[in-house]
Amino acid sequence: MIPELGHFALACAVALAFAQGVVGIFGPSLRDARALYAAPVLALSHFAAIGFAFLALVWAGVVSDFTVENIADFSSSAVPLIYRISGVWGNHDGSILLWCLILSLCGTAVALFGGGLPASLRSRVLGVLGLVSGGFLLFTLTVSDPFARLWPPPLEGAGVNPILQDPGLAFHPPVLYTGYVGFSVAFAFAIAALIEGRIDAAWGRWVRPWALLSWCFLTAGIALGSWWSYYTLGWGGFWFWDPVENAALLPWLTGTALLHCAIVVEKREALKAWTVLLAIATFSLSLSGTFLVRSGILNSVHSFAAAPDQGLFILALLGLTIGGSLLLFAIRAPVLAATGIYAPISRESALVLNNIFLCAIAAVVFTGTLYPPFANLLFGIQLSVGAPFYNQTVLPLTAPIILAMGCGPLLAWKRADLLPALQRLWLAGAAALLVFLVLSATRHVIAALGLAGGAWVVIAALTDLAERVRLFRVPLGNSVARLATLPRGAVGAALGHIGFGVSVLGIAGMTLAVQKVVVLQPGQSTELGGYTWTLQDIHDAPGPNYSQRVADITVDGLTLHPSRRFFTAQHVITNDAAIHTNGFQDIYAVFADEPAGGGAELRLNRHPMAPEIWFGGLIMALGGFLSLSDRRLRVGAPSRKKPEGAVA
Amino acid sequence: MSPLRRRLLFGIPLALAVAGGGSFYTILRRMQEQKYDPHALPSPLIGKRPPTFSLPGAGGMQGFANTDIAAPSKPMLVNWFASWCVPCLQEAPMLAKLAASGLAIWGIAYEDDPQALAQFLAQNGNPYQRLAADADGTTAINWGVYGVPETYFIDKTGIVRWRYAGALTDDVVASALNPLLARYS
Amino acid sequence: MRKLWLALALLPALALAQDMVTRDGVTLTQAQETRAEAIGDQLRCLVCQNESIEESNAKLAGQLRGIIRQQVVQGVPDQSIMNYMVQRYGIFVLLKPPVSPLTWLLYAMPVLALLLGAVAFFAARRGTAPPAPLTDAERARLDELL
Repeated sequence: MIPELGHFALACAVALAFAQGVVGIFGPSLRDARALYAAPVLALSHFAAIGFAFLALVWAGVVSDFTVENIADFSSSAVPLIYRISGVWGNHDGSILLWCLILSLCGTAVALFGGGLPASLRSRVLGVLGLVSGGFLLFTLTVSDPFARLWPPPLEGAGVNPILQDPGLAFHPPVLYTGYVGFSVAFAFAIAALIEGRIDAAWGRWVRPWALLSWCFLTAGIALGSWWSYYTLGWGGFWFWDPVENAALLPWLTGTALLHCAIVVEKREALKAWTVLLAIATFSLSLSGTFLVRSGILNSVHSFAAAPDQGLFILALLGLTIGGSLLLFAIRAPVLAATGIYAPISRESALVLNNIFLCAIAAVVFTGTLYPPFANLLFGIQLSVGAPFYNQTVLPLTAPIILAMGCGPLLAWKRADLLPALQRLWLAGAAALLVFLVLSATRHVIAALGLAGGAWVVIAALTDLAERVRLFRVPLGNSVARLATLPRGAVGAALGHIGFGVSVLGIAGMTLAVQKVVVLQPGQSTELGGYTWTLQDIHDAPGPNYSQRVADITVDGLTLHPSRRFFTAQHVITNDAAIHTNGFQDIYAVFADEPAGGGAELRLNRHPMAPEIWFGGLIMALGGFLSLSDRRLRVGAPSRKKPEGAVA
Repeated sequence: MSPLRRRLLFGIPLALAVAGGGSFYTILRRMQEQKYDPHALPSPLIGKRPPTFSLPGAGGMQGFANTDIAAPSKPMLVNWFASWCVPCLQEAPMLAKLAASGLAIWGIAYEDDPQALAQFLAQNGNPYQRLAADADGTTAINWGVYGVPETYFIDKTGIVRWRYAGALTDDVVASALNPLLARYS
Repeated sequence: MRKLWLALALLPALALAQDMVTRDGVTLTQAQETRAEAIGDQLRCLVCQNESIEESNAKLAGQLRGIIRQQVVQGVPDQSIMNYMVQRYGIFVLLKPPVSPLTWLLYAMPVLALLLGAVAFFAARRGTAPPAPLTDAERARLDELL
């Protein structure tokens, strides 16, 4: 019964979403107050409908209702409760429903918190969101229906993929999708503004918090995904340049550029065309990423098994959304003429430079990801573009960004003097040089450069904060007081840069990682990374839906328990890495195999600075959230005070 | 800049998107029509002779070497398979049908156990004129075999003309194999 | 062949001098293992979805790793080992495609993107000229207002 109600709610959601779309966009032109204020109500009803549908599917998963085909194919009653819930979005149909849910949540957020916006703009933003939602809900309902029934139901479901049975994975898709899909709001703002024909400083101020919020979630989502693959997949890698990872990185790159551009639009009314184009591009990349993963076009570890037919439907949706928005962008070109001017050396220029490099990296990653299918189409050849290519092309492009990130915040708007700014950064420069010299002695040039770059960024951001509180130029107590009253946006931005620097330190440190694959008998030891690793024992430790062999290893006074799990239902073996961290280094052991001759085949790793990769991501996201709490971002358009004696 | 020039400049992203969309559409249509498989590998052996090898017999039959397929009297298939491979099981009736129609099929058992192989042949029939065993997979690597089943089409001059990775089905036979037989007979 | 015997003869001496590891059935020095891993990192595992043969647990990957290590021990140069793999599996096995007219667009993209960005930057700046200096009449009006 409940799945049927859920199915019905899904159908209602489609209708409500399209209604929201049409009324939202055309309502303001009707000059009728009811039409103007209808969109928020529709957005809330739309959210209620799809929320109910989603809960119905989750309920079916929790009670293991195998008449629902999706649950029968991707879940089982032997699976722990948390994975019966998170398994709902661990497959193609369920994840699209989650996508749609979050899209409607964005609309709800605008309806509830967009009170400071002019009514017509808010209506049109909701209208655009409604149309996009409607399209994807229609796709879900017709081609990708999670409520399809199976009769007679099997006695037991096929089970949740063992690799997905992990708490990290329960959180990764919702957080990532919130970021991914959250950029639909910035997109909707761009389209609404293009329709209205007005992009100005006020628009910049309104769009920034929404872009920032999505960016925070996307940063956290990518960091979570990377961390999860690090501790689950057992290789010790954290980024594989897999097409699906690239699909999440691309909107992050353009989204970061968008964030920085929006600041310039707000403060200086320049870079309007860039900002609008980036807002369109970021969400377009999110959509394209969704399409690519589900179409089967790409070779990826993450691909959902999908059909070209579904791919064609999504391609049509993409064509309408992206094609329509870019057409509007071209038609409204005259509106996007810049009005602010700035000198070649200025904060605007530094931001533009930053954007160019971020977009260049995005272009490289985009080309690399899509090159195999395009090469096949155009030249008939089958080739691979993998990690070696990306590492060699992307990493050099990050160097100018790292340099610019340090100076940028210290440059003045409109026209700045570079030399005084660089002089103020003497400490950052000296620290970077010192780090580089110390590390180049070890002959690891890439690590030396990376660690120097990370140090530069972190200390430069701290220098910016120090300048603002006039550290050492006024009594210390004054500085502390100033720190407390600094605008949160400034502290948030500094934290964002510090977080990035910390991640760079982590990634550079990882290039110094050491690894060894050995077969040890119980009692035997081996040396790696300055530690002695001893295999003590191998024993059994069965779990709720798996059998398990555990190896006990002692190293540096600690005991690690890497294990191998055998999931009976799916005939899958997973390796659970044992990781110990002291905050600045990870010790990582994997129980790879039990050879016929006895003992254990172990993969042992020492990863310097690994935790910093994800601490950095966390700090970036926290910086973003801190910026969001800045009171200035919540001031909306002033509303006209009603004249005395006027009739409402 | 005049409004028209500005519009044309700003129209560049649209043009790129349309080009991209058209390409994706073509790729998807090709996938639907089975003309493009992103997971398939073209074999570097196509247009060349198989590498040098000599494998012992299996299943009570005679093995063979590359010299034995250097100049077959008519086009033939070399079928790589194994008893532990599920698609090979599905392919067995099709191979039997092809062998019955007069097509010469020589088999190579990939990393297989002799007893399991004998059982497989007993249960599914033996369509092979000769059957060799590649126990450690070295010859397979030299051929560029990356999984089983794989079928190679060799013409009268001993040149490899086609490689199919996967179980032969009616579709594949009709769309790919029969035209090849017509062309190289 | 002589090189092989020489290498095998020296092996025990090397074992005393440096750490010997055994990986995929081949015993080699740590330095050789590092070199073999560097080669393996550039080769695609053909039966996996987007992994290198170093990362993969697949049997074929293990066999290919063994072959690479055997050749490294024999002193075969890196490029020859890569060619060995390409000969058998095509350029698909390389995780970084060879530079050829078919991949110019791919490799040129970093520079191309930067150029496009620079062009866009300068084109946009040219479009906005600084405001014309004030005429005398305007200056007089300004003084009046202030």
